[in-house]
Amino acid sequence: MMRNWFRTGTPFIWLDAAAISLALIAVLGLLLLVMWRGMSHFWADPVYDMGYDGGRLIAEFIETETIPAARLPDYGRTEGTITRHLVKTGNRDILGADFRWIYDEKITSRETPADVLVLERVEWGNFYGYLKAVYEQDKLVAEGYDAHQALQERLQRVTDLREEIVRLERKEIGEINYELERLRLKQRRYELDGELTDEVQAELDAERAGFDQQYAELQKRLQALYTDIGRDSIVVTVMDGSEINMPLSKVIKAWQPNGMTFFEKLGFYFESLWSFISDDPREANTEGGIFPAIFGTVMMVLLMSVMVTPLGVIAAVYLREYAKQGPLIRVIRIAVNNLAGVPSIVYGIFGLGFFVYVVGGSIDQLFYQEGLPAPTFGTPGLMWSSLTLAILTLPVVIVATEEGLARIPRSLREGSLALGATKAETIWRVVLPMASPAIMTGLILAVARAAGEVAPLMLVGVVKLAPSLPLDGNFPFLHLERKFMHLGFHIYDVGFQSPNVEAARPLVYATAFLLVLVIVVLNLFAINLRNKLRERYRALDN
Amino acid sequence: MNTSSLTTNIDPSLVDRKQSKETEECLRVNKLDLYYGGAQALKDISFGMKRNRVTAFIGPSGCGKSTLLRCFNRMNDLVDECHIDGEILLDDENILARDMDVTVLRQRVGMVFQKPNPFPMTVFDNVAYGLRLQGITKKRVLEERVEWALKGAALWDEVKDRLNENALGMSGGQQQRLVIARSIAIEPEILLLDEPASALDPISTLKIEELIYELKSDYTILIVTHNMQQAARVSDDTAFMYLGELIEFGDTNTIFTNPKEKATEDYITGRYG
Repeated sequence: MMRNWFRTGTPFIWLDAAAISLALIAVLGLLLLVMWRGMSHFWADPVYDMGYDGGRLIAEFIETETIPAARLPDYGRTEGTITRHLVKTGNRDILGADFRWIYDEKITSRETPADVLVLERVEWGNFYGYLKAVYEQDKLVAEGYDAHQALQERLQRVTDLREEIVRLERKEIGEINYELERLRLKQRRYELDGELTDEVQAELDAERAGFDQQYAELQKRLQALYTDIGRDSIVVTVMDGSEINMPLSKVIKAWQPNGMTFFEKLGFYFESLWSFISDDPREANTEGGIFPAIFGTVMMVLLMSVMVTPLGVIAAVYLREYAKQGPLIRVIRIAVNNLAGVPSIVYGIFGLGFFVYVVGGSIDQLFYQEGLPAPTFGTPGLMWSSLTLAILTLPVVIVATEEGLARIPRSLREGSLALGATKAETIWRVVLPMASPAIMTGLILAVARAAGEVAPLMLVGVVKLAPSLPLDGNFPFLHLERKFMHLGFHIYDVGFQSPNVEAARPLVYATAFLLVLVIVVLNLFAINLRNKLRERYRALDN
Repeated sequence: MNTSSLTTNIDPSLVDRKQSKETEECLRVNKLDLYYGGAQALKDISFGMKRNRVTAFIGPSGCGKSTLLRCFNRMNDLVDECHIDGEILLDDENILARDMDVTVLRQRVGMVFQKPNPFPMTVFDNVAYGLRLQGITKKRVLEERVEWALKGAALWDEVKDRLNENALGMSGGQQQRLVIARSIAIEPEILLLDEPASALDPISTLKIEELIYELKSDYTILIVTHNMQQAARVSDDTAFMYLGELIEFGDTNTIFTNPKEKATEDYITGRYG
């Protein structure tokens, strides 16, 4: 009876179903958890004005837990349980910390007044309180009910000014600095070559004077902008009743969460999400956005793909098509497969020791001598990161390509040869196009692995905060020698190296979710390409 | 034949060649032995074939007929442990010689395989493949030659509106004629057909046979077949092979009606499987 049941195969089908379900639940659970924790951060939660323990608190609820009273000996009683809340009070400049634990029992009143104001500030984190008045220099502009409208209008002006300042500093002054550095290196090169005549020196000085003048002009404009942006200020009251004068230039965003309708909150949500994706990080990465990290990750993966594909395909073509299949090739193949199992940090060390110091050092000696002792390529950077990951993912591409090559039917190769094609022509015109879906499969696996890799990158090019993107408007546009930011490292940095753990936690989830999203998008792109290729070369299926 | 008046102002050597082309043997096999590793697959084969005739190779499975066919365009070079002795003369040139350029040889000796093997490209690109290999890139020239080849393979009317569609979307019979068109596009002298109709339905088979009959006027054709009726229908000469040896070679009518060898008779009358 039992035996027959086994023979029908039913138990295996159930086992299969269980395994698949488990895998699905694991993947979906992980994604949902990360997404919920990360993405809910941008929602404008209500802010409570509470009577607490004889005083007053203006705060947002973050987390609630119930614990046995015995665990908190200072609380005053040891019987029963205690419910406590983690609340965000902001105002780090006044209170010393953004977060604190409060006891449920000690909350005496709880209100959500519509005019509670939350400010996102350039430094010191969020501000919670009430808006009292708006000033233009020393002149009172608005007070009371109209004040918020005036604040928003003036905030828009400040935001525009701030953008202009950033543009000036980053782009125009950045360009001049870049040119000045180029001039310095040029002069150094002339010196090294012994060709620095007075004539050349005069030329360089003239050029430099030109840039200096431009710089002075920009500096003047910048000064004017700074004066302009400091024009307006607001007076706010905090929860202990004291009034604070705050220049508007310190404020990034202002909102009254309790007074917002659902759709206003929705708009606010997407606005916050967008600025998280598109802004630069601030305050040791605990505030602001993660755009440089997204950009760095994508850039690095694309460069890695460009490097690994030709290398892997050429190696696979040799192994499968040209090499005489014997013990030596078998050993090589085993070695290649084993490379895939080497811990990634080992690749990082190899990248640092060989690529950065040996190859990069030699490049500096040969081509960038004027920059020494400051290294150009002899230091971790985007180029070495991509190359290290290309080596790391090489086995995957080789193995996948080899399998693809092995699957091309003999009859097609013979068909090509019989028309007078040489072996190389056959490989180039028939075999490789038909193996392209397999090559894409290899690339997909490589991308998935490379995008999530962090450990080796810490040694060969990733930094906590990169001053500039590896791609910009200064010649030669793509700066392979620059250090860059990476989502994976950003998660580690924000989550574990941050001075403000509670504030960083939602950002860790949000960044993790975005990293997964970036990998998924890169993969979908590659899979889509592969499916198109498969459709074209579907001869393999019959 | 009254050709003298017509050819007075033509180079006499050309006339000679033209005449010799009609009558002379264009392909001669001398004492051919072929080994796969230690096993001998072809034993002491010698015969000659005349131009513009169809020669059929028949015999039971494993008798070496496909192996012999693949010697004529040196496809056996691809087999690692294959070793060949003897010679094959194509217009008095030994094609088995070490210094023979196999790509040039394969342009002169085209081959069609048992299973249709069009490349996963458009119909046009398939036929143009061999032409492009020869360095022809002018679109107009390619178009002319492709049309000519497709007409030659009796496929033009069926595919002229879908030249830019993937060749893999065609039926098996069309694919096989496409492969033939691909072969004749580079104008070979000899066509090797290795069981060209064995994977096809009867109607497609009939079309292929008609095509062979038409191609005969321009090409010397060697065909391997399992189908005795087919051999009788399409060929002028027939070679019967058995266990790597050429048992009998001669006029198809003679072989089928009055074979000299007992083994040939047994095979033709169905006493082997």
